[in-house]
Amino acid sequence: MTGLLEPRAIGTSLERLDGRAKVTGTAPYAFEHPVDNGVYLHPVQSSIARGRITAVDATEAEALDGVIAVLTPANAPRLVSGDDRELAVLQSDEVGFRGQFVAAVVAESSEIARQAADMVGVTYDRQPHDTELRADRDDLYAPGVVNPDYPTDTSDGDPDGAFASAAVTIDETYTTPMEHNNPMEPHATVALWAGDALTLYDSTQGPNLVRDGIAGLFGLPADRVRVIAPHVGGGFGSKTLHANVVLAAVAARVVAGRPVKFALTRQQMFSLVGYRTPTIQRIRLGADSDGRLTAITHDVIEQTSRIKEFAEQTAVPTRSMYAAPNRRTTHRLAALDVPVPTWMRGPGECPGMYALESAMDEMALACGLDPVEFRIRNEPDVDPESGLPFSSRNLVACLREGARRFGWERRDPIPAARREDGWLVGTGVAASTFPVIRIPGSAATIRRVHDGRYRVEIAAVDIGTGTWTALTQIAADALDVPVDAVDLQIGDTALPPASVAGGSSGITSWGSAVVDAAREFREKYGPDPEDGDEAGGAMPDNPDTERFAMHAYGAQFAEVRVHADTGEIRVPRLLGVFAAGRIINPRTARSQFVGAMTMGLSMALHEDSVMDPRFGQVANHDFAGYHIATNADIGSIDAIWIEEDDPHVNAMGSKGIGEIGIVGTAAAIANAAHHATGIRIRDLPLTADKYIR
Amino acid sequence: MIPFDYERADDARSAVATVAGRPGAVFLGAGTNLVDHMKLGVANPDLLVDVSRLPFDVIEPLQGGGVRIGATVRNSDLAAAPVIRQRYPMLAAALLAGASGQLRNVATTAGNLLQRTRCVYFQDVTTPCNKRRPGSGCSAVEGYTRDHAILGASPHCVAVHPSDMAVALTALDAVVQVEGPSGPRSLAISDLYRLPGDQPQRDTVLEHGELITAVDLPELPMAARSSYRKVRDRASYAFALVSVAAAVDVVDGVMRDVRIALGGVAHKPWRASRAEEALRGAPAAEDAFRHAADAELTEARPLRDNAFKIPMARNTMVTVLRGLTWEEGR
Ligand SMILES: Cc1cc2nc3c(=O)[nH]c(=O)nc-3n(C[C@H](O)[C@H](O)[C@H](O)COP(=O)(O)OP(=O)(O)OC[C@H]3O[C@@H](n4cnc5c(N)ncnc54)[C@H](O)[C@@H]3O)c2cc1C
Ligand code: SF4
Repeated sequence: MTGLLEPRAIGTSLERLDGRAKVTGTAPYAFEHPVDNGVYLHPVQSSIARGRITAVDATEAEALDGVIAVLTPANAPRLVSGDDRELAVLQSDEVGFRGQFVAAVVAESSEIARQAADMVGVTYDRQPHDTELRADRDDLYAPGVVNPDYPTDTSDGDPDGAFASAAVTIDETYTTPMEHNNPMEPHATVALWAGDALTLYDSTQGPNLVRDGIAGLFGLPADRVRVIAPHVGGGFGSKTLHANVVLAAVAARVVAGRPVKFALTRQQMFSLVGYRTPTIQRIRLGADSDGRLTAITHDVIEQTSRIKEFAEQTAVPTRSMYAAPNRRTTHRLAALDVPVPTWMRGPGECPGMYALESAMDEMALACGLDPVEFRIRNEPDVDPESGLPFSSRNLVACLREGARRFGWERRDPIPAARREDGWLVGTGVAASTFPVIRIPGSAATIRRVHDGRYRVEIAAVDIGTGTWTALTQIAADALDVPVDAVDLQIGDTALPPASVAGGSSGITSWGSAVVDAAREFREKYGPDPEDGDEAGGAMPDNPDTERFAMHAYGAQFAEVRVHADTGEIRVPRLLGVFAAGRIINPRTARSQFVGAMTMGLSMALHEDSVMDPRFGQVANHDFAGYHIATNADIGSIDAIWIEEDDPHVNAMGSKGIGEIGIVGTAAAIANAAHHATGIRIRDLPLTADKYIR
Repeated sequence: MIPFDYERADDARSAVATVAGRPGAVFLGAGTNLVDHMKLGVANPDLLVDVSRLPFDVIEPLQGGGVRIGATVRNSDLAAAPVIRQRYPMLAAALLAGASGQLRNVATTAGNLLQRTRCVYFQDVTTPCNKRRPGSGCSAVEGYTRDHAILGASPHCVAVHPSDMAVALTALDAVVQVEGPSGPRSLAISDLYRLPGDQPQRDTVLEHGELITAVDLPELPMAARSSYRKVRDRASYAFALVSVAAAVDVVDGVMRDVRIALGGVAHKPWRASRAEEALRGAPAAEDAFRHAADAELTEARPLRDNAFKIPMARNTMVTVLRGLTWEEGR
């Protein structure tokens, strides 16, 4: 990659262009798009986790005033492709998990739909279900690859031999619970058929992904489906294509001409739109007497659904994190009668680095080294996994800068030695990492419009991250015009296609397409184009991806207080220092880092979807039961970054920043809690009961 | 949700008559608990009689000391009332430890008392629950019981009462004033609430159609030295794992009198009479606190997920008593 864009708008803290509309309530979210003559949908969910539907009795529901249709597996419109059992909504009488759609009511109001849904009687042939993830299961299997296409297992050197002969070793198992994404805006869709053309206003991270998926299910050319998503209230990986979107489109088929509105309730979200798999992770580390790692093994057990495989890449970050000649990583899955797990902010890195960075803390103590120093001592020169040089890697700089700002040098390493007003106080550190991901398939069009303005079009999406603003800044610099000369259009598949807002890949993929289009445009028309001049571009290949390992890094520091009597745990202070290439917009970037660290804190202290194996469902499936950090749980959170020039990643010199902030937070907090109390908890979340003595 | 009628009551008497005369009728306070239950299908009333605007929104002195709190006084107003803050600080603290600012601004005193358990199975109509559907079985007793009872439970129900306010009121020996179809009556708060026994569907002894009109706080000078400590997983917006309301009267390092109630441990706010007994006349010292707390908890029976509540309740009682007597010990 050559010729980094000259930053002018890039690097400035432009205010969110959509900010005013959002705070004044005028930015339309999926459910709010005004439509005429809308009807409402409410689903019926299975009350068994495995078996077959034997009968659906809709008589009473159909008789209710205002009910338009009751959809069942017997009468629902057929989809052409039934391979994906998560998406084959109402296509068969099989039940694969509790909470699956088994029927749905379309009615004149949402209240009637909900009332009628309760009247639908479903009888089942119930089969025994199995929803319990345990390490001692005899049916664990190795998936073909782990998400998205990493090898399932890796082995270098002789990890077992090196471990056996290491001077210092630790061998510990860490677990993380099932966690649910829970964006603020529940999943919502408005679906409208006109002939064989479908329009979806959808709360989605991937307008094109939804368009292509839905078109495939209905056997339509992709251009018969249009997905519109100008504003999306968060996704965290859960807003791709799930059964709720399919159901809305199926239901709209039977009331053709009338838009079907379908918003999930918070409770429904706990069984329908994915979650992070629970993990059981065994880590073994071996080091020589100088604290240099000789062996790392990371063996992961996690779950998927029997109806569809999703294999979280939990051990993948361990492959390139630290220098150790002998390494092994493995992933094994249990296929259970549970909803399908999916991406949740930082899939792989987030749970995996919790375990690895907890183990690194334990190992630093075992080696008698400061945890910052221990990590620096094990910094690799090249990517241990591929042998390639890093395009840039500034973990050490992050650790040093963080240590300086956090006051780390004054830290007494002895655990359980500080007490203030009845609270035990400790500090901890952990590293963060996230790969630079680019997803092919994005294109952009630029057109000169009146008044010297440029219309920039791409079906990218802003899920609260700041896409409207950051892409405008990139387009301005690529065109060499001020930001207010750019009219960005995103969030609509009528625009040139874009990849999904996932894997922290948006700015890399969409920004590269925009820059390419701008270059085309200027090459064709020069600095003084005519109104109507138009050029297109696409994300170019980047040969450097074959020559370099590309990742962002960070270091997180936490102060934790644990009440000596009650075990309550609080985090008054968090600092994250990141090295993530060039920062396009410090304001929105900070909000990504701080938001993700907040979510990391939430993971560390609170989030826990408790599977009740008798029913095969999450027992605490609402916000009273499933705790997410509140304002009062957050003390001071600061996120900063260090300058990083990386000419290899893309034309902007940027790395993705949406996810790295959640990676490592939980380990930093767990490590600090150990420093505070001397108690090492290896099972998230870190709740009061685990510290009470 | 099913369709229902709604009426706004003009006076207590007609509200009582209306509800008493219709089996499916219920009183509506601010609805922060009841309406949630209607959405979930946990409650299916066919008539809501809105009593939130009855003229019971005053806090007034009682003859012979004490304070009367009207049934429709909002939780925020009660917490902010100078008489409560000065003379019954544990009550203000308990209110402020509950729910959120928005909820407290609307929630009524009576509604708070009669809010129902947060047991996850009670709130999920797809799972059996004796409290919601008598005889269907208790899903919690062999299930997820992190939040459940350690004291006074029965095989039929192991739920806890969720109110913070009611814990303080229990420590204060509050008296609940009730207007019923056959006239008024007064109930000591500890008699209002029930243990589950074999009738977990009944949280309280109130009969259908009985309206709470006020809660009386007796004169209790020692309550000026009182506090409420709520232990919870989240720093706000979470129900208590364990909570302690306590007031002390310490003279020359000796506990002349003490009131203690526990929340999060039982089907009703739990008056810690054994601990009180053990403390009266004892030195205001750590050992005595610990001994008293242990005495209270000898009957505690943990479930699968909540054994931690025993040390947590013990330690919290000790912490609260230590805090209240700290000045004395200096
Ligand atoms: C998200 C959330 C968090 C919460 N957190 C807490 C917490 O941490 N601690 C806590 O203590 N509480 C908490 N609560 C509960 C809250 O305190 C109650 O919902 C509230 O106090 C109920 O008051 P209300 O007026 O809205 O009652 P309503 O919901 O209107 O009524 C509740 C019950 O009382 C009956 N009722 C109402 N008035 C009368 C009357 N005058 N006479 C007889 N019966 C009557 C109703 O019929 C109904 O059965 C929380 C609630 C929510 C939604
Ligand atoms: S504990 Fe009580 S409320 Fe909970 S399921 Fe059992 S009977 Fe129902």
